[in-house]
Amino acid sequence: MSFLPNSDDDILAMCSEIGVSSIEDLFCDIPASIKNPTIQLPQALSEQEALTHILHIGNANEQLCSLVGAGIYNHYVPAVVDHLVSRSEFYTAYTPYQPEISQGTLAAIFEFQTFICRLTGMDIANASMYDGATALAEAVLMAIRSTGKNRVLCSATVHPHYRDVLSAYLWASDAQLAIVPYKQGLTDYEQLSHMIDDNVACVIVQSPNYFGAVEDVASIADSAHNHGALCIATFTEALSLALLKSPGSLGADITCGEGQSFGNYPACGGPLLGILACRSKFMRTIPGRLVGKTVDEEGRDAFVMTLQTREQHIRRQRATSNICTNEGLCALRATIYLSLVGNKLIELARINHALASYCCSRLVALGYERVFTVPFFNEFVIRVDNAKEIRNRLLDNGYALGISIDTYYPELNDCLLLGVTESVSNNDIDNLVELLQTI
Amino acid sequence: MSNIPENLKYTKTHEWIDVQDTYAGVCGITDHAQEMLTDIVFVELPEVGIEVKAGEQVAVVESVKAVSDVYAPVSGRITEVNKLLEDKPELLNSDPYGEGWIYKIDIKDKYELDELMDAAAYAEHVAQGE
Amino acid sequence: MQTIFLFHKKGKNKYSIPACDSIQGDEIPRSMLRDDLTLVDVSEVDVVRHYRKLSSLNFGVDNGMYPLGSCTMKYNPKINDVVAMLPQFAMQHPATIEETGQGALHMMYQLQQMLCQITGMHNFSLSPAAGAHGELTSVMIIKKYFETKGEKRNILLIPDSAHGTNPASVAMCGFEVKEIPSDSDGDVDLTKLEDALNEHVAAMMLTSPNTLGLFDRNILKIADMLHSKGALFYCDGANLNAVVGKVRPVDMGFDIMHVNLHKTFSTPHGGGGPGAGPIGVVEKLAPFLPVPIIEKADRYYLQYNRPLSIGRIHSFFGNFMVMLRAYTYIMMLGSDGLRNVAEHAVCNANYLRTKLCNHFQVPYNRICMHEFVINDEGLPNGITTNEVAKRLLDYGFHAPTVYFPLIVHGAMMIEPTETEHRDTLDAFADAMLTIKKEAAQNPALLKKAPVTTPVRKVDAVLAARKPVLKWDD
Repeated sequence: MSFLPNSDDDILAMCSEIGVSSIEDLFCDIPASIKNPTIQLPQALSEQEALTHILHIGNANEQLCSLVGAGIYNHYVPAVVDHLVSRSEFYTAYTPYQPEISQGTLAAIFEFQTFICRLTGMDIANASMYDGATALAEAVLMAIRSTGKNRVLCSATVHPHYRDVLSAYLWASDAQLAIVPYKQGLTDYEQLSHMIDDNVACVIVQSPNYFGAVEDVASIADSAHNHGALCIATFTEALSLALLKSPGSLGADITCGEGQSFGNYPACGGPLLGILACRSKFMRTIPGRLVGKTVDEEGRDAFVMTLQTREQHIRRQRATSNICTNEGLCALRATIYLSLVGNKLIELARINHALASYCCSRLVALGYERVFTVPFFNEFVIRVDNAKEIRNRLLDNGYALGISIDTYYPELNDCLLLGVTESVSNNDIDNLVELLQTI
Repeated sequence: MSNIPENLKYTKTHEWIDVQDTYAGVCGITDHAQEMLTDIVFVELPEVGIEVKAGEQVAVVESVKAVSDVYAPVSGRITEVNKLLEDKPELLNSDPYGEGWIYKIDIKDKYELDELMDAAAYAEHVAQGE
Repeated sequence: MQTIFLFHKKGKNKYSIPACDSIQGDEIPRSMLRDDLTLVDVSEVDVVRHYRKLSSLNFGVDNGMYPLGSCTMKYNPKINDVVAMLPQFAMQHPATIEETGQGALHMMYQLQQMLCQITGMHNFSLSPAAGAHGELTSVMIIKKYFETKGEKRNILLIPDSAHGTNPASVAMCGFEVKEIPSDSDGDVDLTKLEDALNEHVAAMMLTSPNTLGLFDRNILKIADMLHSKGALFYCDGANLNAVVGKVRPVDMGFDIMHVNLHKTFSTPHGGGGPGAGPIGVVEKLAPFLPVPIIEKADRYYLQYNRPLSIGRIHSFFGNFMVMLRAYTYIMMLGSDGLRNVAEHAVCNANYLRTKLCNHFQVPYNRICMHEFVINDEGLPNGITTNEVAKRLLDYGFHAPTVYFPLIVHGAMMIEPTETEHRDTLDAFADAMLTIKKEAAQNPALLKKAPVTTPVRKVDAVLAARKPVLKWDD
């Protein structure tokens, strides 16, 4: 298969116009000793063969009834989202450098920024980061820049992958990271008060946290502010923003997290949608693309990328970040999703919570222990003897019963972290419980 | 040809200082500088009260396409900043030597003024395209 | 310009959610709940019409030639997008991928191997989500490598023609950037490089071919110079499309590199992303790659046990769906097909350069690779690059990359890619010549361009002076 429109005759004619006898002459600057190596790749396939091949690979993946969250959530994606996002004027364009022929992308990003501000209670949202983990890392670098301090406190209830990514970024930029322990499923506030001092740039809290529990963001923000530090509130389940008090209203200075829940598939973990939002005083410190409203020459409303002097293509080593390519198409999916679902998002969030509560109570009735008895959104931790074995047996019966978390929390052995979304029905939960009784 | 008032002193990095008495000056960027930057959209002002050294960065001026640091022509303490620029950065384009002044400074060492260029020297500096 | 918020009217939203017959779960205290959220209340028809309308205001590769230099805006086969929507992959949860996603891991494993073949590198990591992310990850590896060796090296060399992401990535890792000038032919200035090289230099980052579209003729010499001082050589693979299948970065002396899957291996650019920026390394750097790496025993698994690794750099394993597209593309092209990509891309660029070089300044006018740079010097009536770019929009072409690289004043960087036919290149050249004629005869036409686009020239100054970054009712 090939996508080259020029024929051999075209190539001959073009070479003659250029003044060379063959294409090979155009590669004259490459040393002959290293030119045209042997590259061993599989035999080229036709489109039809390629599709058959990919389907064959894909069929080795299994579709289970999944009660797994932990950073990625299986929410229903309405048909409208796939349909509209497939318009190639959207997806075959690049970064809107030429606003006159990019108003579609620009307007959609502007809407995205608006939705994210409303959901997070923040003043400014950028046009997306790679994923929740890198959004958190960028938020922390932003806090370090703004405060001029370089010690960072992060709660142990923040998603372990996010903490790992943050740790790599902070190691690279020679900043210090300390982990605040948890107690009964929540950030240990007392420990935090011991650890915080005036050299701390920011305190990071995730709510709902990795265990699904709702944190007391307001108290943590107060504690941070009392020491001249910023409060960064992060999240992995963006749907919770529709139900729980917004990070902005609780005093967070920067909010970041994962937006996959809005119209994006689990997709084996990528592409995802990194969200980053902040108060207006950080307008010139926030990294990434921003779209602003303005007018065109005839006075009509128009949109344009703005405040670009923060970015790498202008400020180079003094830029706010190195980010260039973002997750534009995922942000577009989220925008269309949020437009369509609109205020029903609140009801959807309620139902997620209700289903998760139902699942939890059924399991507790079976004798499973609810490990943390604090309020949760749509994820919770249960303990049962031989948890791994039970989980494995269920995998063979078409259910993914959460995930083990003892790699990161050794004290939580025999525990499973479950996530329940609207993709699981009451019926599914009943069937699951029935199955659990038989094995 | 850009406007270069006779009564001011200039730096190679295109700042001006109006020495009001031996120990006080008003500073800004030159007409040439604003022309090079084109439409200025934002000015980051220094904090009042801070001490700066000659040649040190004191402010940042931003256009749509470029960011430029503004350096102190002399050492001293910042006594006042032009708050008007926060809302109207375009004053730097329309009136760089008047309403577009950036900050006032208490001059610490008046002999540093001798290091600066007069209008004629600065005009030559600009003509050489530096 | 309408936004979705203009369609808002209470009661329009009829979106329905599956019934839930257990309304328990009022166990979140009211004090934790919000009551201040309003998104929007519109109908499904509103949504479809609004976003269809917005799409019509956009210009993509499927609309016409998009010669945006250094971005490789080539035609992207539609089959790529079909496979990226398959539920077998789309519905796969990453947290259970070892148990339920063996197919996905198989593909990733194969892609790692293929990229090693294509570049000659020893190992690949697929984790970085974009080119700049790959750069950052690589600079972390460089830092870790020297830290492990106990060497204090704090400088990275970067040519003055480099993308802004290079110095920005370097700065994020606490290194100092030292800029190396290009010589009058557009190659790295070897004397200046010699002067800058010392035991504090950790590495040099070089885009190859460079951002002038030139293949550095001293590439082997540069690699030797760096290696003899114990420094590493980093390849920014943004322009790999020019040489894929023709030469392997490892043979050019590179130790570490990133590949922009969305450029060379054809993922649509999505209005800004997602892309993917896997990195490849020679054997001595392999221990430092981020976790996890996909490995194979009796089943595919995620290898985390890598004590020297820089750690994790993505929430999960990188942009899987972009990898799947790249894999499909490579499977369809094979090694001959990939070599043809480079050959045709280079032929197209040289053909267009030849057609334009008698009418426009080409500051480095020699045989180029997949792109070349012209500028606005000597255009009639002081017409500038920006005005030419805007007028091109009226003729149905996307503009080239403008005012980059920074070392060419008024640069226009043109990358036709291999998927344009000669006739399209002729049409583009004709448009450029017409614009030059207009510049001489009727410069006002260019000053007010574009005139055929959905909106006219947009006021970027107003947007920056009075930032409005969200919709307020």
